Amino acid sequence: MGYDPKNPMEGRISDLGPRYYGDFLPPVIKENKGKWLYHEILEPGVLVHVSETGAKVFTVRCGSPRLVSVNYVRDICDIADKHCDGFVRFTTRNNIEFMVDAFEKVAPLKETIKSYGNKFPIGGTGAGVTNVVHTQGWIHCHTPATDASGPVKAVMDDLFEYFGSMTLPAQVRIALACCLNMCGAVHASDIAILGVHRKPPMIDHARITGVCELPLAIASCPLGAVKPAKAIVNGEEIKSVQINAERCMFCGNCYTMCPALPMADAEGDGIAILVGGKVSNARSAPKFSKLVVPFLPNTTPRWPETVECVRQILVAYEKDAKKYERLGEWAERISWEKFFEKTGLPFTEKSIDDYRLAYDTWRTSTQFKYTSHTAAYTNK
Amino acid sequence: MAKHETPLLDELEKGPWPSFVTDLKQQAETKPEVWDILGQLELSFKDRITHWKHGGIVGVFGYGGGIVGRYSDVPKQFPGVEHFHTVRIAQPSGLYYSTENLRALMDLWEKYGSGVTNMHGSTGDMIFLGTRTENLEPLFWDLTHDLKQDLGGSGSNLRTPSCCLGESRCEWACFDAQEVCNSLTQRYQDEIHRPAFPYKFKFKFSACPNDCVAAIARSDFSVIGTWKDNIRIDQAAVQKYIANDPEYPSNGGSHKGRDWGPFDIQAEVIDLCPTQCMWMEGNELKIDDSECTRCMHCINVLPRALRPGLQKGASILIGAKAPILDGAQFSTLVVPFVEVNKENDFEEVVDVIEKVWDWWMEVGKNRERVGETMQRVGLPTFLSVMEVEPMPQHVKEPRSNPYVFWKEEEVEGGWDRDIEEYRRRHAA
Repeated sequence: MGYDPKNPMEGRISDLGPRYYGDFLPPVIKENKGKWLYHEILEPGVLVHVSETGAKVFTVRCGSPRLVSVNYVRDICDIADKHCDGFVRFTTRNNIEFMVDAFEKVAPLKETIKSYGNKFPIGGTGAGVTNVVHTQGWIHCHTPATDASGPVKAVMDDLFEYFGSMTLPAQVRIALACCLNMCGAVHASDIAILGVHRKPPMIDHARITGVCELPLAIASCPLGAVKPAKAIVNGEEIKSVQINAERCMFCGNCYTMCPALPMADAEGDGIAILVGGKVSNARSAPKFSKLVVPFLPNTTPRWPETVECVRQILVAYEKDAKKYERLGEWAERISWEKFFEKTGLPFTEKSIDDYRLAYDTWRTSTQFKYTSHTAAYTNK
Repeated sequence: MAKHETPLLDELEKGPWPSFVTDLKQQAETKPEVWDILGQLELSFKDRITHWKHGGIVGVFGYGGGIVGRYSDVPKQFPGVEHFHTVRIAQPSGLYYSTENLRALMDLWEKYGSGVTNMHGSTGDMIFLGTRTENLEPLFWDLTHDLKQDLGGSGSNLRTPSCCLGESRCEWACFDAQEVCNSLTQRYQDEIHRPAFPYKFKFKFSACPNDCVAAIARSDFSVIGTWKDNIRIDQAAVQKYIANDPEYPSNGGSHKGRDWGPFDIQAEVIDLCPTQCMWMEGNELKIDDSECTRCMHCINVLPRALRPGLQKGASILIGAKAPILDGAQFSTLVVPFVEVNKENDFEEVVDVIEKVWDWWMEVGKNRERVGETMQRVGLPTFLSVMEVEPMPQHVKEPRSNPYVFWKEEEVEGGWDRDIEEYRRRHAA
């Protein structure tokens, strides 16, 4: 018996919650849970964890595009069935982890993984670039200012060497969110790729009455730029809104609340780059990412400006940062003026906060470094 | 469904990183509607805007979340994606799967949906991308009856809680992240499936301060592992690191790809300690644990020599969110230490959760995250609601303005005064 549309509540089961994690642990994991002593990254993408019982688990980590088909997942299952007793896990950064309980099993596992061509690149460990956390973009979302899987693919193609190596001063976490809602929570990433709008919403007066609660749309604007207004539709006066474009900061919250205020635009939309965030509490406290490039265009299909910009930042960091220093720690040590100089990114007024609490980021000190930015004052 | 030309997307089949375009094309061979996904995405690449309509409320009976409605704005051109609803499947804590379960999920999704997924979504759920309204109830029936599992959260409810892999494969776990995550997910099924909150509410459990699930940045209620006693030191292993023994690579081998020179415990551990609470005494590494803030750096660098203490638990921080609207927030430290104990059904964590909810459900405004409510009322008010005594640990530094909101009962004689009596002493 299956679902019966005539008796939808008959035999219904609800509130089961997720499957119990304990049923999905590989035997070596189950037996040594809570007993792990230490770990080591043997080579890029290959880890060993050693238990106080002497048991070891070897993990081979692989990247994935996150947006994957059921057949791709079945390939993962085939590998796990062949080598890993039918168990597999995913990381919070969309990597796949295949685990085996003996060192001798690592090489055959890697060989099978490699037989799938570039489907499952091995890496994503240690002081390198691991997989990108990202959102849906044009494949599924209704508010994006850029695509997600497209730019991620282009960026990771370019940074591929860093996924399979550990040559950087520390781990570099890249994330992409396709609009300011930040489902990808890019606000604490070493390098954040963020979809941004630059044109105020249009007003679809013909549709607004049917699809929009006007008070909610008006209240949705943090800067009071959405005001009640009358409009004429088919010769009749209706209640609608007007937008004070000069006040708009392009957050898109009004469109979230009101489908009659669309923002998407081929020229207006694009990407901002923010850097220097971190989540871990190691050494310094968690940090927000800071806006260093206000806009790059959505140049489909491969976003060359974004790809180049990310590489430019990464290479400057790789060259200049000290061992263990996260990108934000490096920028703070050398000063942000040196960050712009060393990366070659132009500094614009758009990196100066003029929203709430902006003053917290203004420099209230005589301490600064002389860089090209101060040349107009020093080279007289 | 006809194959579509995708010259722009075809460019994303090039390069060494796995291509979702290649994958979707292969999927389209057995699921022709995937051609329409590719076709519409190609159109978005051409037009450089999304082609999904705003909104669409769909779901299964009895639930107010778990499914996100989505409709194409070009359904005539791409009928296979006319409806393209997302189904969120609650993930097992720690993201381990048996292939038996994964295969069953994939079969289910091939039967009722597009066959396109995310492993995983940003909050942690497994995401099934793209199905029609009429498939939702049959899918839910099979999911619950045959696979014995359930949808995740969406909307103004408790979102599917998530955690790091915790004790299952990490020596630094200070509590059993999977157990508490699973246990509270089960406890709060009603809150996950039936929206009753002002806005979304997320739990994340990271079992140590490295915070691999980004709890401090991404969850309203962040439970982050810590300890009360001293870092455990194996002095013999410290010596191995100092001697540059190849079995003891710094930072667990994460810097192996580059020659950083021989390991230097002074420069790489002692000098980088944010509280400067470590030193060498002869051959012994010493730590003044009373000065330690448990940042994890020394433990990360010397995983075979240093371990978190034995009296483990968690700090509870509250209120993180992404920038919309007033800017991004990290969670704020509220409870410095709780035990995360299965024996008492995690009551120390549950007490804090329910205190937050009782208050926020009453005073939180529509679409106001708890971190914004905290900002609106101020941290002192929030702490009093939480029945937590204010302490210096709650702030980075004391306030620098003098605008204290004194309460009348705190001021001798209260606020009722007589202006005439005042004028007798102080003429205008």
